[in-house]
Amino acid sequence: MNVGFIADAIPIYGRAIIVTLRIAVLGILFSLVIGVICGLVAYCKMKAVDKLTRGYIELSRNTPLVIQLFFLYYGLPKLGVMLSNEACAVIGLSFLGGSYMAESLRGGLEAVSKVQVELGLSIGLDTFQLIRFVVFPQAMAVAVPALGANCVFLIKETSVLSIIALRDLMSVTKELIGMYYNTTESLLLLVVCYLLILLPVSFGLTFLERRVRYAEFGV
Amino acid sequence: MTAQKRDVILDIKGLRKSYGDKIVLNGVDICVERGEAVVIIGPSGCGKTTLLRCVNGLETHQGGTITIDGREAGSKNFDWILVRQKVGMVFQSYDLFPHMTVLENILLGPLRAQKRTREEASGQAIRLLERVGLADRVNDFPRQLSGGQRQRIAIVRALCMNPDIMLFDEVTASLDPEMVREVLDVILGVARQGMTMMIVTHEMGFARVAADKVIFMEGGVIAEEGPAKEFFTLPKTERARRFLNTFYFE
Repeated sequence: MNVGFIADAIPIYGRAIIVTLRIAVLGILFSLVIGVICGLVAYCKMKAVDKLTRGYIELSRNTPLVIQLFFLYYGLPKLGVMLSNEACAVIGLSFLGGSYMAESLRGGLEAVSKVQVELGLSIGLDTFQLIRFVVFPQAMAVAVPALGANCVFLIKETSVLSIIALRDLMSVTKELIGMYYNTTESLLLLVVCYLLILLPVSFGLTFLERRVRYAEFGV
Repeated sequence: MTAQKRDVILDIKGLRKSYGDKIVLNGVDICVERGEAVVIIGPSGCGKTTLLRCVNGLETHQGGTITIDGREAGSKNFDWILVRQKVGMVFQSYDLFPHMTVLENILLGPLRAQKRTREEASGQAIRLLERVGLADRVNDFPRQLSGGQRQRIAIVRALCMNPDIMLFDEVTASLDPEMVREVLDVILGVARQGMTMMIVTHEMGFARVAADKVIFMEGGVIAEEGPAKEFFTLPKTERARRFLNTFYFE
């Protein structure tokens, strides 16, 4: 084990962690926004856009992220749309994550009983208030474990971003292995970096899950 | 002699409702005056619950008219969202919003729908909770309450909206026998304070005490109606007699 190499490589991995985190956070945020919109469209059975969102969900879930990234980074410029590799990464992750978030949220929304909706209506709430104060919090209590799993999944998916020349953790690792042949040390640092990102996220999600579900389930 | 002007709060005329081919309400006429307690009884599936749900706009009707406080449902100046703030409803399932405390459950309507101040609405909520003996449960979640307690909270939640009329849909049907009494006592107390009510129930003893008027329904129509004392002592129709007899055991 080359300790000197590890010490020298830590700052490089540090910068790559920031890139990976930035892409992951933005990707997750946009995924949640897309997921909420598509989930509500499905729940409210908005006929005009329901087919459109259904089509998006099927397209997104049934194509690999690598191919989606290839299309964004190498395909779109041929059509005159030039995007930076970071933009492609965020769009790609959001495109993939949005459908997973939407399906998780739809499951939560559909788990809210019709009686709850009628209770909300019977006290004079309008549609927005009904969704905001009655349906959505209860749907979240059901959906939050799946949404959390999606977040972890999206962070792990960042490991394929190196294919569009982004200097993320995977890209840096490949580069260092190619330059110095310190394969074990480089891969060890990669594993440690992903654990440093994912372990706090997992603990945070468990805490969030307990808080969101406490009122309803008491656990 | 001049007839005293009647203060009608709910006027239902020729109400019709069907689910596909199945006719549930087939021309129902009901007139409820302010302060009156109307109890609706009848065998299961006769349309009692559907009738209440139509009054609160939870079901659409296919014929007839529902006029609430002088406004006809479906007319230009009629808005179900506003009407529901004045027509309280308590359901058979003693559901509350499970993610909210007792106080949050009660205040949701007054704060969000009626835009009242928290101070004023919570003051009223606490007073109502004291009346039903649950002031100490104000910060509990529904899962920590019994069925009877939840149903009493549901009644408080409806009352805190200061409704003009309350609809009770078999509110004790899903409760343990021991909890039925505590809920009925609350409703009786509210009735005695002059609240206008439409109550669907199978509790005949309660109906006899609480009702000013009894409506007996069968097959989507009103088979008989009249003052409570008269109905329970001397029902006019054979069908009502047979129905009431099923509640007596030798």
